[in-house]
Amino acid sequence: MTMTVIWTGMIVISVLCGLATGRGPAVAAAAVEGTSAAVQLALSIAGMLCLWTGVMEVMRQSGLAGKLSRLLTPILRRLFPQAARDSSTMDSIAANVSANLLGLGSAATPLGLEAARRLSRSSPGVASDSLCMLVVCNTASIQLIPTTVASVRAAEGCAAPFDILPAVWLASVLSVGVGILACKIFARVWRD
Amino acid sequence: MDLFFTMLVPLTIGAIAVYAAFQRVDVYSALVRGAGSGLETLTRIIPALVGLMTAVYMLRASGALELLAGVLSPVLDRLGLPSELLPLMLVRPISGSAALGVGAELISTHGPDSQLGRTAAVMLGSTETTFYTIAVYFGAVGITKTRYAVPAALCADLTGFLASAWAVRVCFG
Repeated sequence: MTMTVIWTGMIVISVLCGLATGRGPAVAAAAVEGTSAAVQLALSIAGMLCLWTGVMEVMRQSGLAGKLSRLLTPILRRLFPQAARDSSTMDSIAANVSANLLGLGSAATPLGLEAARRLSRSSPGVASDSLCMLVVCNTASIQLIPTTVASVRAAEGCAAPFDILPAVWLASVLSVGVGILACKIFARVWRD
Repeated sequence: MDLFFTMLVPLTIGAIAVYAAFQRVDVYSALVRGAGSGLETLTRIIPALVGLMTAVYMLRASGALELLAGVLSPVLDRLGLPSELLPLMLVRPISGSAALGVGAELISTHGPDSQLGRTAAVMLGSTETTFYTIAVYFGAVGITKTRYAVPAALCADLTGFLASAWAVRVCFG
Protein backbone atom coordinates (compact mmCIF):
# COMPACT_ATOMS: atom_id res chain seq x y z
CA MET A 1 0.00 0.00 0.00
CA THR A 2 2.88 2.35 0.81
CA MET A 3 4.36 1.82 -2.65
CA THR A 4 0.95 2.58 -4.18
CA VAL A 5 0.94 6.00 -2.51
CA ILE A 6 4.58 6.69 -3.48
CA TRP A 7 4.23 5.56 -7.09
CA THR A 8 0.92 7.33 -7.69
CA GLY A 9 2.37 10.44 -6.02
CA MET A 10 5.40 10.39 -8.32
CA ILE A 11 3.22 10.10 -11.43
CA VAL A 12 0.78 12.83 -10.32
CA ILE A 13 3.59 15.24 -9.38
CA SER A 14 5.35 14.59 -12.72
CA VAL A 15 2.22 15.30 -14.74
CA LEU A 16 1.25 18.43 -12.76
CA CYS A 17 4.80 19.79 -12.63
CA GLY A 18 5.35 18.99 -16.30
CA LEU A 19 2.21 20.89 -17.29
CA ALA A 20 3.08 23.83 -15.00
CA THR A 21 6.62 24.18 -16.37
CA GLY A 22 5.57 23.57 -19.97
CA ARG A 23 7.45 20.29 -20.15
CA GLY A 24 4.40 18.11 -20.80
CA PRO A 25 5.81 16.59 -24.03
CA ALA A 26 9.10 15.76 -22.27
CA VAL A 27 7.18 13.94 -19.53
CA ALA A 28 5.29 11.96 -22.16
CA ALA A 29 8.53 11.01 -23.90
CA ALA A 30 10.13 10.06 -20.58
CA ALA A 31 7.30 7.62 -19.84
CA VAL A 32 8.23 5.66 -22.97
CA GLU A 33 11.99 6.04 -22.46
CA GLY A 34 11.81 4.82 -18.85
CA THR A 35 10.24 1.49 -19.75
CA SER A 36 12.90 0.53 -22.28
CA ALA A 37 15.68 1.82 -20.02
CA ALA A 38 14.42 -0.57 -17.32
CA VAL A 39 14.51 -3.59 -19.62
CA GLN A 40 17.90 -2.59 -21.04
CA LEU A 41 19.33 -2.25 -17.53
CA ALA A 42 18.00 -5.68 -16.55
CA LEU A 43 19.49 -7.29 -19.67
CA SER A 44 22.84 -5.55 -19.38
CA ILE A 45 23.42 -6.79 -15.83
CA ALA A 46 21.86 -10.24 -16.33
CA GLY A 47 25.06 -12.13 -17.18
CA MET A 48 27.20 -10.92 -14.32
CA LEU A 49 24.32 -11.19 -11.87
CA CYS A 50 23.69 -14.82 -12.81
CA LEU A 51 27.38 -15.68 -12.56
CA TRP A 52 27.48 -14.23 -9.04
CA THR A 53 24.34 -15.92 -7.79
CA GLY A 54 25.92 -19.12 -9.14
CA VAL A 55 29.14 -18.51 -7.21
CA MET A 56 27.08 -17.66 -4.12
CA GLU A 57 25.25 -21.00 -4.42
CA VAL A 58 28.61 -22.83 -4.59
CA MET A 59 29.68 -20.92 -1.47
CA ARG A 60 26.44 -21.77 0.33
CA GLN A 61 26.79 -25.49 -0.41
CA SER A 62 30.45 -25.49 0.71
CA GLY A 63 29.42 -24.54 4.26
CA LEU A 64 31.57 -21.39 4.33
CA ALA A 65 28.69 -19.39 5.82
CA GLY A 66 28.57 -21.78 8.79
CA LYS A 67 32.28 -21.27 9.48
CA LEU A 68 31.87 -17.50 9.33
CA SER A 69 28.90 -17.71 11.75
CA ARG A 70 31.03 -19.45 14.37
CA LEU A 71 33.73 -16.78 14.00
CA LEU A 72 31.19 -13.98 14.43
CA THR A 73 29.30 -15.34 17.46
CA PRO A 74 31.60 -13.83 20.15
CA ILE A 75 31.26 -10.33 18.64
CA LEU A 76 27.52 -10.68 18.20
CA ARG A 77 27.05 -11.69 21.86
CA ARG A 78 28.18 -8.17 22.77
CA LEU A 79 25.70 -6.57 20.38
CA PHE A 80 22.79 -8.68 21.64
CA PRO A 81 23.40 -8.97 25.40
CA GLN A 82 19.77 -9.96 26.14
CA ALA A 83 19.97 -12.90 23.75
CA ALA A 84 23.56 -13.95 24.53
CA ARG A 85 22.57 -16.91 26.70
CA ASP A 86 20.02 -18.32 24.28
CA SER A 87 22.25 -20.30 21.93
CA SER A 88 19.65 -21.13 19.25
CA THR A 89 18.70 -17.43 18.92
CA MET A 90 22.39 -16.48 18.72
CA ASP A 91 22.86 -19.16 16.03
CA SER A 92 20.14 -17.69 13.82
CA ILE A 93 21.44 -14.12 14.35
CA ALA A 94 24.98 -15.24 13.43
CA ALA A 95 23.69 -17.12 10.37
CA ASN A 96 21.73 -14.05 9.27
CA VAL A 97 24.72 -11.70 9.65
CA SER A 98 27.13 -14.04 7.85
CA ALA A 99 24.68 -14.59 4.98
CA ASN A 100 24.42 -10.79 4.66
CA LEU A 101 28.22 -10.42 4.66
CA LEU A 102 28.57 -13.00 1.90
CA GLY A 103 25.76 -11.44 -0.13
CA LEU A 104 23.45 -14.47 0.18
CA GLY A 105 20.42 -12.20 0.25
CA SER A 106 17.77 -14.86 -0.35
CA ALA A 107 19.19 -16.98 2.48
CA ALA A 108 19.68 -14.05 4.86
CA THR A 109 16.03 -12.97 5.07
CA PRO A 110 14.48 -16.27 6.29
CA LEU A 111 17.33 -16.65 8.81
CA GLY A 112 16.82 -13.08 9.99
CA LEU A 113 13.07 -13.57 10.31
CA GLU A 114 13.66 -16.71 12.38
CA ALA A 115 15.95 -14.69 14.68
CA ALA A 116 13.34 -11.90 14.83
CA ARG A 117 10.60 -14.38 15.80
CA ARG A 118 12.74 -15.69 18.66
CA LEU A 119 13.70 -12.19 19.82
CA SER A 120 10.07 -10.99 19.82
CA ARG A 121 8.80 -13.81 22.08
CA SER A 122 9.56 -11.92 25.30
CA SER A 123 7.70 -8.77 24.20
CA PRO A 124 4.97 -9.48 21.63
CA GLY A 125 3.96 -6.49 19.50
CA VAL A 126 6.73 -4.22 20.84
CA ALA A 127 10.22 -4.04 19.32
CA SER A 128 12.73 -4.95 22.04
CA ASP A 129 16.25 -3.49 22.09
CA SER A 130 17.65 -6.69 20.56
CA LEU A 131 15.03 -6.72 17.80
CA CYS A 132 15.76 -3.07 16.93
CA MET A 133 19.46 -3.96 16.75
CA LEU A 134 18.77 -6.92 14.44
CA VAL A 135 16.56 -4.83 12.15
CA VAL A 136 19.06 -1.95 12.00
CA CYS A 137 21.87 -4.42 11.18
CA ASN A 138 19.73 -5.68 8.31
CA THR A 139 18.84 -2.20 6.99
CA ALA A 140 22.54 -1.36 6.73
CA SER A 141 24.43 -3.00 3.90
CA ILE A 142 27.34 -5.16 5.03
CA GLN A 143 27.76 -7.17 1.82
CA LEU A 144 31.51 -7.71 1.28
CA ILE A 145 31.29 -7.90 -2.53
CA PRO A 146 28.52 -5.63 -3.94
CA THR A 147 27.94 -7.67 -7.10
CA THR A 148 24.84 -5.93 -8.46
CA VAL A 149 26.39 -2.47 -8.55
CA ALA A 150 29.61 -3.91 -9.99
CA SER A 151 27.51 -5.51 -12.75
CA VAL A 152 26.03 -2.09 -13.54
CA ARG A 153 29.49 -0.50 -13.70
CA ALA A 154 30.77 -3.32 -15.91
CA ALA A 155 27.77 -2.91 -18.22
CA GLU A 156 28.70 0.78 -18.59
CA GLY A 157 32.14 -0.19 -19.87
CA CYS A 158 34.15 0.15 -16.67
CA ALA A 159 37.50 -1.67 -16.91
CA ALA A 160 37.79 -2.33 -13.17
CA PRO A 161 34.20 -2.48 -11.82
CA PHE A 162 35.42 -3.62 -8.39
CA ASP A 163 37.89 -0.76 -7.81
CA ILE A 164 35.23 0.84 -5.59
CA LEU A 165 35.53 -1.97 -3.01
CA PRO A 166 37.71 -0.09 -0.46
CA ALA A 167 35.36 2.91 -0.64
CA VAL A 168 32.30 0.64 -0.25
CA TRP A 169 33.84 -1.08 2.77
CA LEU A 170 34.77 2.25 4.37
CA ALA A 171 31.25 3.65 3.85
CA SER A 172 29.60 0.39 5.01
CA VAL A 173 31.65 0.17 8.21
CA LEU A 174 30.88 3.80 9.10
CA SER A 175 27.18 3.38 8.30
CA VAL A 176 26.76 0.13 10.28
CA GLY A 177 28.86 1.57 13.12
CA VAL A 178 26.64 4.64 13.41
CA GLY A 179 23.52 2.43 13.22
CA ILE A 180 24.76 0.25 16.09
CA LEU A 181 25.81 3.30 18.11
CA ALA A 182 22.42 4.92 17.51
CA CYS A 183 20.69 1.74 18.78
CA LYS A 184 22.84 1.63 21.91
CA ILE A 185 22.20 5.34 22.64
CA PHE A 186 18.46 5.18 21.86
CA ALA A 187 18.15 2.07 24.06
CA ARG A 188 19.22 4.18 27.04
CA VAL A 189 17.30 7.37 26.37
CA TRP A 190 14.15 6.24 24.49
CA ARG A 191 10.89 6.87 26.40
CA ASP A 192 7.82 5.13 24.99
CA MET B 1 47.10 -2.24 -5.12
CA ASP B 2 45.00 -1.68 -8.26
CA LEU B 3 46.01 -5.11 -9.48
CA PHE B 4 44.92 -6.60 -6.16
CA PHE B 5 41.40 -5.22 -6.44
CA THR B 6 41.20 -6.17 -10.12
CA MET B 7 42.30 -9.73 -9.35
CA LEU B 8 40.20 -9.98 -6.18
CA VAL B 9 37.14 -11.19 -8.09
CA PRO B 10 38.73 -13.98 -10.17
CA LEU B 11 40.77 -14.99 -7.10
CA THR B 12 37.61 -15.09 -4.96
CA ILE B 13 35.74 -17.18 -7.51
CA GLY B 14 38.73 -19.52 -7.88
CA ALA B 15 39.22 -19.89 -4.13
CA ILE B 16 35.52 -20.63 -3.57
CA ALA B 17 35.50 -23.22 -6.37
CA VAL B 18 38.62 -25.02 -5.05
CA TYR B 19 37.42 -24.90 -1.43
CA ALA B 20 33.97 -26.20 -2.38
CA ALA B 21 35.45 -28.97 -4.54
CA PHE B 22 37.51 -30.12 -1.54
CA GLN B 23 34.31 -30.12 0.53
CA ARG B 24 32.95 -32.57 -2.09
CA VAL B 25 30.43 -30.06 -3.47
CA ASP B 26 29.35 -30.66 -7.07
CA VAL B 27 30.67 -27.21 -7.99
CA TYR B 28 29.46 -27.00 -11.57
CA SER B 29 25.86 -28.06 -11.01
CA ALA B 30 25.66 -25.75 -7.94
CA LEU B 31 26.95 -22.89 -10.12
CA VAL B 32 24.40 -23.54 -12.85
CA ARG B 33 21.51 -23.93 -10.41
CA GLY B 34 22.54 -20.70 -8.65
CA ALA B 35 22.81 -18.82 -11.94
CA GLY B 36 19.29 -20.01 -12.76
CA SER B 37 17.99 -18.56 -9.50
CA GLY B 38 19.72 -15.29 -10.41
CA LEU B 39 17.71 -15.19 -13.61
CA GLU B 40 14.53 -15.82 -11.60
CA THR B 41 15.39 -12.89 -9.32
CA LEU B 42 15.97 -10.74 -12.37
CA THR B 43 12.65 -11.61 -14.00
CA ARG B 44 10.97 -10.90 -10.65
CA ILE B 45 12.45 -7.39 -10.42
CA ILE B 46 11.90 -6.38 -14.08
CA PRO B 47 8.21 -5.44 -13.55
CA ALA B 48 9.14 -3.28 -10.55
CA LEU B 49 12.06 -1.83 -12.48
CA VAL B 50 9.75 -0.86 -15.37
CA GLY B 51 7.17 0.76 -13.08
CA LEU B 52 9.60 2.68 -10.94
CA MET B 53 12.09 3.75 -13.63
CA THR B 54 9.20 5.11 -15.68
CA ALA B 55 8.02 7.14 -12.69
CA VAL B 56 11.55 8.41 -11.95
CA TYR B 57 12.16 9.35 -15.61
CA MET B 58 8.85 11.22 -15.72
CA LEU B 59 9.61 12.98 -12.46
CA ARG B 60 12.99 14.09 -13.79
CA ALA B 61 11.62 15.23 -17.16
CA SER B 62 8.93 17.29 -15.40
CA GLY B 63 11.54 19.42 -13.66
CA ALA B 64 10.24 18.50 -10.18
CA LEU B 65 13.55 16.95 -9.12
CA GLU B 66 15.48 20.03 -10.26
CA LEU B 67 13.18 22.24 -8.20
CA LEU B 68 13.76 20.10 -5.13
CA ALA B 69 17.50 19.87 -5.78
CA GLY B 70 17.61 23.67 -6.17
CA VAL B 71 15.97 24.14 -2.78
CA LEU B 72 18.19 21.59 -1.05
CA SER B 73 21.51 22.21 -2.82
CA PRO B 74 22.89 24.75 -0.27
CA VAL B 75 22.46 22.11 2.45
CA LEU B 76 23.82 19.30 0.24
CA ASP B 77 26.84 21.39 -0.84
CA ARG B 78 27.75 22.03 2.78
CA LEU B 79 27.60 18.27 3.46
CA GLY B 80 29.82 17.52 0.45
CA LEU B 81 27.00 15.78 -1.45
CA PRO B 82 26.50 16.69 -5.14
CA SER B 83 22.84 17.65 -5.76
CA GLU B 84 22.78 15.30 -8.80
CA LEU B 85 22.69 12.44 -6.29
CA LEU B 86 19.55 13.71 -4.53
CA PRO B 87 17.11 11.47 -6.48
CA LEU B 88 19.23 8.44 -5.59
CA MET B 89 19.28 9.33 -1.89
CA LEU B 90 15.51 9.93 -1.92
CA VAL B 91 14.55 6.57 -3.45
CA ARG B 92 17.29 4.42 -1.85
CA PRO B 93 15.48 3.73 1.47
CA ILE B 94 12.15 3.08 -0.29
CA SER B 95 12.80 0.86 -3.29
CA GLY B 96 15.80 -1.24 -4.30
CA SER B 97 14.69 -1.43 -7.94
CA ALA B 98 14.14 2.32 -8.23
CA ALA B 99 17.53 2.99 -6.61
CA LEU B 100 19.21 0.58 -9.01
CA GLY B 101 17.52 2.33 -11.95
CA VAL B 102 18.43 5.84 -10.77
CA GLY B 103 21.98 4.77 -9.88
CA ALA B 104 22.53 3.04 -13.22
CA GLU B 105 21.31 6.18 -15.00
CA LEU B 106 23.75 8.37 -13.03
CA ILE B 107 26.62 5.95 -13.72
CA SER B 108 25.74 5.92 -17.41
CA THR B 109 25.35 9.72 -17.73
CA HIS B 110 28.47 10.70 -15.82
CA GLY B 111 30.59 7.64 -16.59
CA PRO B 112 31.46 4.74 -14.26
CA ASP B 113 34.90 6.19 -13.48
CA SER B 114 33.77 9.76 -12.78
CA GLN B 115 33.60 11.09 -9.23
CA LEU B 116 29.78 11.22 -9.44
CA GLY B 117 29.46 7.78 -11.02
CA ARG B 118 31.69 6.27 -8.38
CA THR B 119 29.85 7.99 -5.52
CA ALA B 120 26.52 6.73 -6.86
CA ALA B 121 27.97 3.20 -7.05
CA VAL B 122 29.39 3.35 -3.53
CA MET B 123 26.06 4.65 -2.19
CA LEU B 124 24.26 1.73 -3.84
CA GLY B 125 26.81 -0.72 -2.45
CA SER B 126 26.91 0.56 1.10
CA THR B 127 23.21 1.16 1.90
CA GLU B 128 20.05 -0.95 1.87
CA THR B 129 16.34 -0.57 1.16
CA THR B 130 15.65 0.49 4.74
CA PHE B 131 11.86 0.95 4.80
CA TYR B 132 11.25 -2.25 2.86
CA THR B 133 13.45 -4.26 5.25
CA ILE B 134 11.78 -2.74 8.32
CA ALA B 135 8.33 -3.51 6.86
CA VAL B 136 9.30 -7.14 6.15
CA TYR B 137 10.79 -7.79 9.59
CA PHE B 138 8.20 -6.05 11.73
CA GLY B 139 5.37 -7.31 9.53
CA ALA B 140 6.53 -10.92 9.84
CA VAL B 141 6.65 -10.91 13.64
CA GLY B 142 3.63 -8.65 14.20
CA ILE B 143 5.39 -5.63 15.73
CA THR B 144 3.23 -2.51 15.93
CA LYS B 145 5.41 -0.46 18.31
CA THR B 146 8.64 -0.04 16.34
CA ARG B 147 10.19 2.29 18.95
CA TYR B 148 13.51 3.72 17.73
CA ALA B 149 14.19 1.27 14.86
CA VAL B 150 13.30 3.78 12.10
CA PRO B 151 15.33 6.76 13.41
CA ALA B 152 18.32 4.52 14.17
CA ALA B 153 18.18 2.96 10.68
CA LEU B 154 17.92 6.41 9.07
CA CYS B 155 20.99 7.57 11.05
CA ALA B 156 22.86 4.66 9.45
CA ASP B 157 21.55 5.57 5.96
CA LEU B 158 22.49 9.24 6.26
CA THR B 159 25.95 8.23 7.47
CA GLY B 160 26.21 5.82 4.53
CA PHE B 161 25.46 8.64 2.04
CA LEU B 162 27.90 11.10 3.63
CA ALA B 163 30.55 8.43 4.04
CA SER B 164 30.18 7.33 0.38
CA ALA B 165 30.96 10.82 -0.93
CA TRP B 166 33.84 11.12 1.55
CA ALA B 167 35.24 7.64 0.86
CA VAL B 168 35.29 8.27 -2.91
CA ARG B 169 37.18 11.54 -2.31
CA VAL B 170 39.67 9.70 -0.06
CA CYS B 171 40.15 6.64 -2.30
CA PHE B 172 40.18 8.35 -5.71
CA GLY B 173 41.37 11.88 -4.87
